[in-house]
Amino acid sequence: MTSDAPRPPPRRRFFGAFGRRELKGLFWQVLVVGIAVAVVAFLWSNTVTNLSARRITTGFAFLGREAGMPIADSLLAYSPKDTYLWAFVVGIANTLRVAVIGIVLATILGTLIGISRLSANWLLSRLAAVYVETLRDIPLLLQLLFWYVLMQALPAARTAWRPVEGVFLSNRGLILPAVPVGPPQLSVLGTAALGCVVLYVIRRWLVTQQMRDGRPRPAWPFAMTLLIALPAVVSVLLGVSWTIEWPELRGFNFVGGLTLAPEYFALLIALVTYTSAFIAEIVRSGIQSVPRGQWDAANALGLRRSFMLRQIILPQALRVIVPPMTSQYLNLTKNSSLAVAIGYQDVVSIANTTLNQTGQAIEAIALIMAVFLTISLGISFFMNWYNARIALVER
Amino acid sequence: MTAITDIPDAPRAARRPQIGNPVLRWLRTNLFSSIPNGILTVVLLAVLGKGVISFVQWGIANAVWLTPANDSSACRAVRGLGACWAIVPEKYRFILFGTYPFDEQWRPALSVLLFIALFYLSTRRALWRRELVFLWIGALALISVLMWGGVLGLSFVSQDRWGGLPVTLILATFGLAFGFPLGILVALGRRSKLPAIRSLSVLYVELIRGVPLVSLLFMASVMFPLFMPSGFNIDKLLRAQIAIILFAGAYLAEVIRGGLQAVPRGQYEAADALGLSYWRKNRLIILPQAIRHVIPPLVNTFIAFFKDTSLVLIIGIFDLLTTAKTAIIDPAWQQFSVEVYIFVAAIYFVFCFAMSRYSRSLEAHSGAR
Repeated sequence: MTSDAPRPPPRRRFFGAFGRRELKGLFWQVLVVGIAVAVVAFLWSNTVTNLSARRITTGFAFLGREAGMPIADSLLAYSPKDTYLWAFVVGIANTLRVAVIGIVLATILGTLIGISRLSANWLLSRLAAVYVETLRDIPLLLQLLFWYVLMQALPAARTAWRPVEGVFLSNRGLILPAVPVGPPQLSVLGTAALGCVVLYVIRRWLVTQQMRDGRPRPAWPFAMTLLIALPAVVSVLLGVSWTIEWPELRGFNFVGGLTLAPEYFALLIALVTYTSAFIAEIVRSGIQSVPRGQWDAANALGLRRSFMLRQIILPQALRVIVPPMTSQYLNLTKNSSLAVAIGYQDVVSIANTTLNQTGQAIEAIALIMAVFLTISLGISFFMNWYNARIALVER
Repeated sequence: MTAITDIPDAPRAARRPQIGNPVLRWLRTNLFSSIPNGILTVVLLAVLGKGVISFVQWGIANAVWLTPANDSSACRAVRGLGACWAIVPEKYRFILFGTYPFDEQWRPALSVLLFIALFYLSTRRALWRRELVFLWIGALALISVLMWGGVLGLSFVSQDRWGGLPVTLILATFGLAFGFPLGILVALGRRSKLPAIRSLSVLYVELIRGVPLVSLLFMASVMFPLFMPSGFNIDKLLRAQIAIILFAGAYLAEVIRGGLQAVPRGQYEAADALGLSYWRKNRLIILPQAIRHVIPPLVNTFIAFFKDTSLVLIIGIFDLLTTAKTAIIDPAWQQFSVEVYIFVAAIYFVFCFAMSRYSRSLEAHSGAR
């Protein structure tokens, strides 16, 4: 083609500055959104027709009615005369009870096993590897049913196992000695909690002071005062008793102490062991991601081992560990919904009973989804905040 | 806490003079490198020994392996002392195939073998070509014919009589076969420049990943009939399958999105410079690279997903775990559920362990490149 050949005139644009590309984009968006809206409208109209044909009322009015379902194991006071709304709240509390304690225990166990996998002791690292491989490759629901069957196969209350004095393991669950916690004890614990908040503020102030002149200011005198001395003083002034209540067998059942029902205990064991296998792998890869030079450098400086781990290795490993750990916490929380399979009354199980009693499927499932979406968002919000705090600040 | 291998102590230990009996040397470096380590080894050996001995006593020495049909008296005699493996030969056909007509059970058995062959061929790198897609379509069609029958002289077996291992494999395989393209579309949608498509994709992924699979299954089992026009009834298995496909799609989309992010910008620019259309660009240039990047995490997602199909137990579909749970309702054998669970756990373990080994070998392979 020669350069002096007449150029074709620029193509006329259809809508002024609006090009072909934009038009195409608009077309696709209208198409996809149109399909989505059409599908939702189709489902919606079917649902409305079906609901009126089956005479199912909609709306959340049923939440105010008497639930009439028994809840065997709950933190909050509940009787079958309470409303569905309160039953849901009790269910949410039960879900959180399993999820929060499960997350704490799974993190501890998973970290121990992850470190064991890196141990110089061949036997320990092999055992940890077998633990991880086995638990990861068997469905959680199967493990849960397995633990539940084992719990039921335990001896009856009269012949309960006593691994340690005051601890009973029977088909009624695990019974532990406990300190009864009422309003007086709670006020002391509240003082300590308040102390934590104050301590956090003080520590930040101390750190900014140190940043200014470089003089280290220890935080431990404040910690001792706020977390130990102050609660102790409050406890003595109010005359709060901290006596341990020992469970004992009277007749056919246990009196006193803290009872972990078999359903709760089985669910907790299954969630903790299963999740710990995944956490172990995360911890292992996190530690291995710290370059060898960092260990060498810390050793060369002659740092103490605990200091080296705390100040040099862990902060770097955590950057790799925290994001996948968030998904494990979310998984554990979502997996707690398997409680429905063994009859531990978490929010899913209670919603399921409600659904069967009232027929209000849409509302019950919407409630489950709302609860879990809220919990998921809460956990990821917190973990993202934590992640942003520990993230590597690069220039 | 014990010492960690990955610190400079380890190579120093390895550099010790290589003298003496190699077995003793191995013991010294790996089990008794220091006094605390030695104590740990002894304690672990004691615990392990006790565990192994009691398992051997229960699972092998005192176990009952075979009993006359429908007679569990021999098992009840050793209850608490020994395992009752006799329940496995007694119930294995029900556990593996559910209520599928007894004389026709060679059909689900053959389907299971076909599935395994299909998985095996899909792991061969040499076969990763377009023909593999046709192989999948052909094999899945053949499996449908085998399971349903009604043609080629095979008697018709309706879906509600299916059960056991074939159902688990069907839920997992069809879930992947449909969830994978769905995941690709959603992953592309999430990275699209078009705001409406992007927000729809984000909404879909976050909504599905934010709630437990149990609630999706409940939705499929109780709400789906409400969504459909009256008189239009979808089988329970198919409803669960749809929930599982939607679930798989959301999780796979996130993995594939990771792969898309790993494709260098230059590849997109080069494709644009060639004047390729959006779909041709993705199909020929971007997606092959993106998927190659994320094969190990994809396999891990497959494993998680294979295990999660067991949740259909909660809405009463007869997969492998449900048939196992049903098999032990029989009053004569009720007390021997642990043995059945171990048997089923072994089946799941074989599948998942094979996949995880494969994922490990792929990772090693891509690391070597």
